[in-house]
Amino acid sequence: MEPSWINAIFGGIVIGVAASAFLLLEGRILGVSGITGRISELNKGDTLWRVLFVMGSIVGGYLAAQIWTENFSNIIDGSNYVRLAIAGLLVGFGTKMGSGCTSGHGVCGIGRLSPRSLVATLTFMFFGVVTVYIFGR
Amino acid sequence: MHLNIVAFVIGVVFSLGLGWSGMTDPARVLGFLDITGVWDPSLMFVMASAIPVYMVTWQFVKGRQKPLLETKLHVPTKKNLDKRLIIGSAIFGIGWGVAGICPGPALASVGAVSTGAVIFVVCYFVGAKLEGFTNAN
Repeated sequence: MEPSWINAIFGGIVIGVAASAFLLLEGRILGVSGITGRISELNKGDTLWRVLFVMGSIVGGYLAAQIWTENFSNIIDGSNYVRLAIAGLLVGFGTKMGSGCTSGHGVCGIGRLSPRSLVATLTFMFFGVVTVYIFGR
Repeated sequence: MHLNIVAFVIGVVFSLGLGWSGMTDPARVLGFLDITGVWDPSLMFVMASAIPVYMVTWQFVKGRQKPLLETKLHVPTKKNLDKRLIIGSAIFGIGWGVAGICPGPALASVGAVSTGAVIFVVCYFVGAKLEGFTNAN
């Protein structure tokens, strides 16, 4: 098995290619929170593609878990549902308010040299570090 | 029509990239945020390979000002560093630090049939919906 940093680089390239293809073909940002955050608004002509992105991501996750099973074992075995529920609420609320997450701000925004995305990324990383420091892994 | 197909396929590829990169493993993400413990640099490698790929694409698309399948770009135009960006990103960062999961890997992990990921994603949508009430213009 390859060391994890080699997988990280190859995976990162695939992420960059996927985000690039979305920009090149559709002129849109591959930001998961941006795409999913408006699903519940049910705007005509603007909802189906968002739902299909989610479905594609789920299918891709299924396929990825067949290939890189060990990269999913911790989340599959994870059973601290209260912690996951609290995290989900905070992540949903925060990414909507802050207009983006790791993909939209962290990859696409920084790739476009957007000052907003750079500030957002530094902010969520800082608060992530502080949270782990206080509450532990 | 093309947007629906492209969004689905991009979702699949993006999740494959996330699964390959190892970012679907919350332990790796928390390890990256745990800078005072045994630090895991994987996330840095992912971003360091994804961002340059995207940078090149952005320069090309920015020059054209027109994606291949659409008439215009749908990229964010906001420039100001407002309170919502900072506070929202801080809340996201806290949630990210609580469980080591951001929206992309959460969707991929739903495909890997993780009960925890399903709980996270449901709460994520609830959180995003709740945020909508703070921004009722």
